[in-house]
Amino acid sequence: MFERYGVPVLQGLIADTPEEAEAAAAKIGGLTVVKAQVKTGGRGLAGGVKVAKTPADAKEAAQKILGLDIKGHIVKRVMIAEGASIAKEFYFSVLLDRSNRTFLSLCSVEGGMDIEQLAVERPEALAKIAVDAVRGIDKAKALEIAKAGGFDDELAEKVADVFVTLYGVFVKEDATLVEVNPLVLTTDGKILALDGKVSLDENADFRHTDRTDLERDDLDPLEAKAKSMDLNYVKLDGQVGIIGNGAGLVMSTLDVVAYAGEKHGGVRPANFLDIGGGASAEVMAAGLDVILGDPQVKSVFVNVFGGITACDAVANGIVGALETLGSSATKPLVVRLDGNNVNEGRRILAEYAHPLVTVVETMDEAADKAAELANK
Amino acid sequence: MAIFLNENSRIIVQGMTGAEGMKHTTRMLKSGSNIVGGVNPRKAGETVEIDGTSLPVFGTVAEAMAATGANVSVIFVPPAFAKAAIVEAIDAEIGLAVAITEGIPVHDSAAAWAYNVAKGQKTRLIGPNCPGIISPGKSNAGITPSDITGPGPIGLVSKSGTLTYQMMFELRDIGMSTAIGIGGDPVIGTTHIDALAAFEADPETKAIVLIGEIGGDSEEKAAEYIKKHVTKPVVAYVAGFTAPEGKTMGHAGAIVSGSAGTAQAKKEAFEAAGVKVGKTPSETAALMREVYKSLPA
Repeated sequence: MFERYGVPVLQGLIADTPEEAEAAAAKIGGLTVVKAQVKTGGRGLAGGVKVAKTPADAKEAAQKILGLDIKGHIVKRVMIAEGASIAKEFYFSVLLDRSNRTFLSLCSVEGGMDIEQLAVERPEALAKIAVDAVRGIDKAKALEIAKAGGFDDELAEKVADVFVTLYGVFVKEDATLVEVNPLVLTTDGKILALDGKVSLDENADFRHTDRTDLERDDLDPLEAKAKSMDLNYVKLDGQVGIIGNGAGLVMSTLDVVAYAGEKHGGVRPANFLDIGGGASAEVMAAGLDVILGDPQVKSVFVNVFGGITACDAVANGIVGALETLGSSATKPLVVRLDGNNVNEGRRILAEYAHPLVTVVETMDEAADKAAELANK
Repeated sequence: MAIFLNENSRIIVQGMTGAEGMKHTTRMLKSGSNIVGGVNPRKAGETVEIDGTSLPVFGTVAEAMAATGANVSVIFVPPAFAKAAIVEAIDAEIGLAVAITEGIPVHDSAAAWAYNVAKGQKTRLIGPNCPGIISPGKSNAGITPSDITGPGPIGLVSKSGTLTYQMMFELRDIGMSTAIGIGGDPVIGTTHIDALAAFEADPETKAIVLIGEIGGDSEEKAAEYIKKHVTKPVVAYVAGFTAPEGKTMGHAGAIVSGSAGTAQAKKEAFEAAGVKVGKTPSETAALMREVYKSLPA
């Protein structure tokens, strides 16, 4: 991505297998660095970055890195990058500062190390400069940032153009973070972005139809399935499947289930699934389909407060999903409905009278029931 | 009195002629809101019949304000055009703009906010990605169901839509002055603190419920603000204790990175400020009911 925008980088090739890594290292020649391509930071510390002297070294490094679990992300792809002769290492990032509702640039003439550690131990060495979301980073702003970060005039002049280009990446890619660590000065006087991290705003996907799959490669299979159905799903490690409407209510449901689980053998929520506002019977059925496909799930808690979502649509979704499943439906469902059309929703479920479905009046009681059933 | 929205609010709807806009304009009218028109540059001059009410469509927010005396705009424009709609409302200097739209790129909301600041914040922006604001019995600007609770002395401010409804439901025996959903996006116009300040100044509001969730530091800042500036009793609830680190939980803002922004940190901040925190929505409502009973009549 950096290359595309003209940020100076070392040549790098992507590999999905150790053999590809070996071939890539041979193509680049000389010293190479093998890096995990994952959607999280801290890969260096997690063993996800290794230096390779020969193509055989690169193969061995890739063997060790591929399949590594870095903060819950499994490495499926590595980058083989050209080695460089480094004179100095710096740090630069631009990110969304939600606390101040603006953008922020962090910069330090001391780079390459754990930046969070630097921020704690020697905060004076890390410049924090607010960046106006309308005015952005032009050359003058870039020089201000570089000088605040401790660069001397000559170096500041050199890195400022790179900062402007990186801000361009931040805006044009709708990123919430563009970080270069380290940004280096080579022994022959060039500025290079040696390693970087970019976080993208999914809300802006409609402006970036060309986005690659790097982001989605490490999804859990159930998460991938949910994503293909446009469901907002996150897999967790518990036994109680959760479906609700609205992110806040679903998060709250996870908490309430976890508390209830303390009395029932320590069962925990198995997932986060938000069917969203105005959900139809089809969306509800799709959600149930994903959750019932999780072998860890022992019971399911459907928690809906109908605002726009109508409770009768939710009830019809449950009935539809159970009809489709027929005798393969084996897991108990605890349902709590309130709000829009609640009486009709409860009536539909009462009439259907499926032996696996229990309708419970309040969120707390329903959580308790779902936890109890998951502990059987 | 209520805050930000009352019986004198004259509402226009940006995006009224779209499917979402139509649906929710109908609902707002049914709940008694004074809707005076809509905005859509491609349908300017037309009249739309919604639920027995004839509503004029204007080309711009400024024209709508001039013709109808509107002082509130509710925005249902799709994400790709929402920034332009918000900027237009700011340019027209309308008193209150409520952006319901979900899924606005954060670069757009950050730019719109920077624009509002540069213009001197003559417009109060609520949202985006929020249910809006309701002052029961007076007016409803957004998508909050109006039949959950009636008017009363409790003020509610929440990041989450459905938790707003849940809490209104739990406290329907007491009622609310205003319930405001500020939205779960990383960049929003009205914060917990803005709502707290307004509730503190509102004579009809006797006690406040604050709902937060993981991510950001809005709750920590609110706790600090309460300690210094709020004399009315506040009860808080925070969602997301079981949310794992580094995963986005639906709301674009609800992501925990490292120790900052965790539910535990927020709870501790509130408790340090003397604010009672409920473990669940129902416990929070029970705490508020106790507070309400102990209030001088």
